[in-house]
Amino acid sequence: MNYLCLVYADEARLALMSQREIDALIDETTANNEELQASGHLLLAQALEHVEAATTVRVRDGKLSATDGPFAETNEQLGGFVLIEARDLNEAIRIAGRIPSARIGSIEVRPVIDLLRERSAR
Amino acid sequence: MSHERIDRLYRSESRRVLATLISLLGDFDLAEEALQDAFMAAMEQWPRDGIPASPRAWLISTGRFKAIDRLRRRARFDAMLGELAARLDDRAAPDPAEQDDQILEDDRLRLVFTCCHPALPPDAQVAMTLREVCGLTTEEIASAFLTGPPTVAQRIVRAKAKIRSARIPYEVPPRGELTDRLETVLHVVYLVFTEGYAPASGDSVVRAELADEAIRLGRLLVELLPEPEVLGLLALMLLQDSRRAARASADGDLVLLADQDRSRWNRERIAEGAALLERAASSGQIGPYGLQAAIAAAHAEAPTAVATDWDRIVGLYDLLARADPSPVIELNRAVAVSMRDGPSSGLALIDAILERGQLDAYHLAHAARADLLRRLGRTADARAAYQRALELTRQEPERRFIEQRLNELARGPGGG
Repeated sequence: MNYLCLVYADEARLALMSQREIDALIDETTANNEELQASGHLLLAQALEHVEAATTVRVRDGKLSATDGPFAETNEQLGGFVLIEARDLNEAIRIAGRIPSARIGSIEVRPVIDLLRERSAR
Repeated sequence: MSHERIDRLYRSESRRVLATLISLLGDFDLAEEALQDAFMAAMEQWPRDGIPASPRAWLISTGRFKAIDRLRRRARFDAMLGELAARLDDRAAPDPAEQDDQILEDDRLRLVFTCCHPALPPDAQVAMTLREVCGLTTEEIASAFLTGPPTVAQRIVRAKAKIRSARIPYEVPPRGELTDRLETVLHVVYLVFTEGYAPASGDSVVRAELADEAIRLGRLLVELLPEPEVLGLLALMLLQDSRRAARASADGDLVLLADQDRSRWNRERIAEGAALLERAASSGQIGPYGLQAAIAAAHAEAPTAVATDWDRIVGLYDLLARADPSPVIELNRAVAVSMRDGPSSGLALIDAILERGQLDAYHLAHAARADLLRRLGRTADARAAYQRALELTRQEPERRFIEQRLNELARGPGGG
């Protein structure tokens, strides 16, 4: 089963980190991703630009609108994601707990659904 | 072969059978239907053919086949269910009659850990445990927690949906995670107990059924997983529950520990609790529940309130505050200090906790403070503190108790 681990952190807090701390976090994250790759759990991992770079797109009545910022203002912002394959939620929780940013922010673990399978009643 | 006998078997076996059916079928709802089907079949067949040699194995095996039948019938509408039925049927599943009791006991433990999974919201953990592990009905759970059956039913439906969609596994956590996961389980059991023994709201001092259910759960856990903290929790519940009959007056009023008729304490429970505590202590790894049990035991052993070993109790609170730091424990420690060293020492400690802004909304902090002020003869301050406690309490007997204290103070200083 696939789970998307959404990595949230308070960007204001991240901005206070020294370059050395950031370097250490990047090295740890890279190492963790390599381990997950080797164990066959990693599907895709990416870090995201800060929310100020975000644009929200909607289409209403056929008209596209693009507005500044994320859809919802929250204390912690989405900073990256790790898409994994895990046996069950317990394994997914174990993997999420090893993401280095879990010590700074929090990881939301969401089961991924198979859209085609959801649509099976045709 | 009477239906009464089947009723008795239902009570003693249904939770075990359910736990194993969930394990075999991989789905709570399907397993519950299978359990009902199996007992229906038993009601029909056993009076005619006699009770099988192993009723439990018969029920598990019958339930499994009934579930496969159900899936086959539904498969006409959903092809995926047909595959599932085939897999269940085809699987070289060991004949349940051949399975040893250890596997069945493991299934019960899996059920406990799944119901108390930390990914479920706390009130759902409680509802699932009472429903699936204890077999209480939705109505019984709702009335015990003073809420409506639809609320409880919804919590259970959502919890089962999450177990399914997030794929929460049916397993006992591995050794390395056991301590953390067990903490959630013990917390759920203790929450059920305290809601029974000292309801947060409502009009009775105790709701006995819930306290009994929690003790039953505690016994089950001790049987399945005798870790020191599991023993400690059962000891704590038994020792606290030993005072149940003395805690409320005939009119349903709260009676404080110091004023309780100690001859009404349940000696059997005290002895059982003390023995469990000794077992927990002999492991050398006593935790927060064990320490709280030791405090309860120190009270239980005192022949009179005056003869209580307060020095020992303060020492145990010191250990507890280190093992599990919390302002409520500090508050209890402050009360013990006031009993050992006098009210002014305790008051200084409580004031310090309240000054930190912690426990300001906790009625018992203000009630404890009021009692110390009363003992110091500071009547006006005591009145103000009791008033604050009265505003915060949601439990009717506690409200009456505080009002009585306020009345006594109104009659003049030194009147309490």
